Amino acid sequence: MTVILNQSFTGISIGAVLLLIALGLTLTFGQMGVINMAHGEFIMAGAYTTYVLQKSISSAGVSLLVALPLAFLVAGAMGALLEWLLIRRLYTRPLDTLLVTWGVSLMLQQLARDLFGAPNVQTAAPDLLTGNISVAGITLANNRLFILGLALLCVLGLTLILRLTPLGRRIRAVVQNRDLAEVSGIATERVDRTTFFIGSGLAGVAGVALTLVGPIGPTMGTNYIVDAFLVVVVGGIAQLKGSVITAFALGVLQSVLEYSTTVSVAKVIVLVAIVAILQWRPQGLYTLRTRSLA
Amino acid sequence: MSGEGLTVRDLRVTFDGFKAVDGVDLDIRPGDLRFLIGPNGAGKTTLVDAVTGLVKATGSVRFGGEELLAKPVHRIARLGIGRTFQTATVFEELTVLQNLDIAAGARRGPLTMLRRRKGIPEAVTKALETTGLTDLRDRPAGVLAHGQKQWLEIGMLLVQDVKLLLLDEPVAGMSHEEREATGELLQRVSEDHTVVVIEHDMDFMRSFARSVSVLHAGKVLSEGSVTEVQADAKVQEVYLGRASEPEPAAVPVPEEA
Amino acid sequence: MTTTTSPTRTTSVVQPSASLPERFRVPSAFLLGAVLLLGVAPLVLSDFRLNLLAKYLCYAIVAVGVSLAWGRGGLMVLGQGVFFGLGGYAMAMHLKLADAAATGQTLPDFMQLYGTGDALPWWWKPFADPAFALAMTVLLPMAVAALLGFLVFRRRVKGAYFAILSQALAAALAIWLVGQQATTGGTNGLTDIQGFFGYDLNDPANQRTVYFIIAAVLLLLMAAARQLFLSRYGELLIAVRDSEERVRFLGYNPANVKLVAYVVAAGMAGLAGALFVPAVGIISPALIGIVPSIGFVIGAAVGGRASLVGAVLGAIAVAWTQSTLSDAYPAAWTYLQGLLFVVAVGFLPGGLASLVTVLRKRRIPTRTTGETA
Repeated sequence: MTVILNQSFTGISIGAVLLLIALGLTLTFGQMGVINMAHGEFIMAGAYTTYVLQKSISSAGVSLLVALPLAFLVAGAMGALLEWLLIRRLYTRPLDTLLVTWGVSLMLQQLARDLFGAPNVQTAAPDLLTGNISVAGITLANNRLFILGLALLCVLGLTLILRLTPLGRRIRAVVQNRDLAEVSGIATERVDRTTFFIGSGLAGVAGVALTLVGPIGPTMGTNYIVDAFLVVVVGGIAQLKGSVITAFALGVLQSVLEYSTTVSVAKVIVLVAIVAILQWRPQGLYTLRTRSLA
Repeated sequence: MSGEGLTVRDLRVTFDGFKAVDGVDLDIRPGDLRFLIGPNGAGKTTLVDAVTGLVKATGSVRFGGEELLAKPVHRIARLGIGRTFQTATVFEELTVLQNLDIAAGARRGPLTMLRRRKGIPEAVTKALETTGLTDLRDRPAGVLAHGQKQWLEIGMLLVQDVKLLLLDEPVAGMSHEEREATGELLQRVSEDHTVVVIEHDMDFMRSFARSVSVLHAGKVLSEGSVTEVQADAKVQEVYLGRASEPEPAAVPVPEEA
Repeated sequence: MTTTTSPTRTTSVVQPSASLPERFRVPSAFLLGAVLLLGVAPLVLSDFRLNLLAKYLCYAIVAVGVSLAWGRGGLMVLGQGVFFGLGGYAMAMHLKLADAAATGQTLPDFMQLYGTGDALPWWWKPFADPAFALAMTVLLPMAVAALLGFLVFRRRVKGAYFAILSQALAAALAIWLVGQQATTGGTNGLTDIQGFFGYDLNDPANQRTVYFIIAAVLLLLMAAARQLFLSRYGELLIAVRDSEERVRFLGYNPANVKLVAYVVAAGMAGLAGALFVPAVGIISPALIGIVPSIGFVIGAAVGGRASLVGAVLGAIAVAWTQSTLSDAYPAAWTYLQGLLFVVAVGFLPGGLASLVTVLRKRRIPTRTTGETA
């Protein structure tokens, strides 16, 4: 029993990492339809931001706290730049953005290699986050709890922005009917760039979180990117809660399967499960039903 | 042969609580040239969507003795129902001839499919003549004028060997001469097909309709010949806004995105 | 029907009559390609370079399928590595078993090394039969593609969703292969293959034969794909790519149309993987994961996805540039590769092949006349 609970907690924390990464994608992929393969490199940028900060700020706790907003800004700026340089020219060809941004991702990885070297680097975690706490016989790692909290905080923040702020209303308006939004006086191009900024910034935050559980390296983003896209695909692009549920479900499924089989077999079973879910809900778990989507 | 009739009973389509089609009954006789008119949001296009399997609906739609609801789109098409869309959708990179040849070929076997087209099928030649596109047959459909694209679409329905044509605003955006030509084309087509036309253009309707159904807020408001419908007080209310009672709630869904 | 009054006031139309040179252009270009590949290349290239070319041609075979499925069918096939890998492993399993049998062993070398036991896994056994293994190099990828394609196209999962699923499949297969080290060779893959149906692969003469086989297969598949492009099916495939819904209303099931292209492309990738093994002597997870899968597409994108010759030449050119530059200047190559993606796909969606068309149009400006608005 405790084994299952422990394994479930591991799964939830895997899910939290997936969710943090997928959250940015729900904006850039879900709301805007852009398949940004360089999203993984924005994660990397966030992680390296933490690494650089820790060189100048000795306290691991302070540097982590500073890194969170800074990584958001760094990754967000990179995203906005990418949108301005390339992606806005490709809105009519969404599939081609996949290949173009893959090219960008290759270049950013090489840039990281040139700047920080090819080998992985580490950051020190704050003391507070290195220990464990035990609740009812389950061991909960503090860093995993922190990531879980961070993920939930980001979900909450994003929900509030989308629901309550004028910016959120504009984002939803542009998604639902770009032309109408434009003639209603919304600067759609600026909304696009802001959406991309926030989505990419969230990748940066995810990168900071990843420094707590693993090494930092030029290719760290590619390990997560496809899984994160799958989360959005299965969750359905219309609503945040689809991604939240899917991220945790996939995380738990993966980690329980890993326990009973092997990592690689678990991976294959999860993919089969995803194809099965898409048989049942081809547009993902949560969709908006509208007329004539030919 | 004069086409096949369509019988619709208590058809309902709901989008997230909004009743786009709210209990429509329609009887379209074989060989009719029926116009569906009504203000934006009346449910005209949704009705056609439901008949052709594009949206889910409840009720009953019978055609040639078969129930259409719950059949997949391509099966309904194979029963002999063809449609066009508000925006002309032809395969722009293919030539006029290729467009028509594809439309004519849904029943071709795999071996025919894997071979090159040799010569022009008779039905295609006939459709090229009927629509007047013979001289343009080797042009890519993408370079055709707006009206020509609409004619090509109708031609595609003809070679598809449909018995019932459902046309969604075929003359929208056409010049006056193009409208006349299209109307004549429709009259010719309706000699051996059943034709249903969704239209906003009242002059066009008056010139060519054989019968008319007026839809309003998801229901059939009035039905009959052009003169009968025009004389109907309820129709005048809806169209001219001479409402004796308070206007019903504003139409919530625009007809076209 | 009586005299049909034409609704058009038809403008004078220039009939695009096929001029004589144009009719012979394609066959003569094909002949030229055949002479270059089968005649000139083996004469002027060293054994080493010819072997490299053989490897590039394997990528070109994949590109033929990519051009069909992606260029014509609009299917973003980002998991061709899976099919390449299945074909490659099927071939390599047979060759490893044959190598082992030639030295009197029952198990391939790596199985003895990792020592899971003394018995050959059951799913290895049928691959000892050459006919079975050869059939599997094509049938296995096609079966997997058929299953996935059937499930996915039937439910109209398309566009980005399909692309992401393809990638996930490539990742899953690579991870699974790595995880099963005792039976698949793990990260190393199946390496050090010595013989090819009784011929010693270390003999340069036999390597030349392998080259000739690969070149011949490529030419054959190009001819077959061209035939498919020109067939009614080819026209229908373009129609499905451009407006799937419209095709459905004409009474076709687009899922089946797409499935055919996907399965054929998978079969070609499988064959390419199978031929890759004797040419290079290895198949491994690193050759079939997400990164190489995208690599298979990029060659076609650079050359021109919708043009058969463009896709093939693009695949060869990208592979050649990669092996020329990546050893000497790894950093510069990565930047160049990234830039290639951005420029070729972002700004030249028709690939380099579209440049040819642009130039040709400029040479014959009379083609666009008498256009009505």
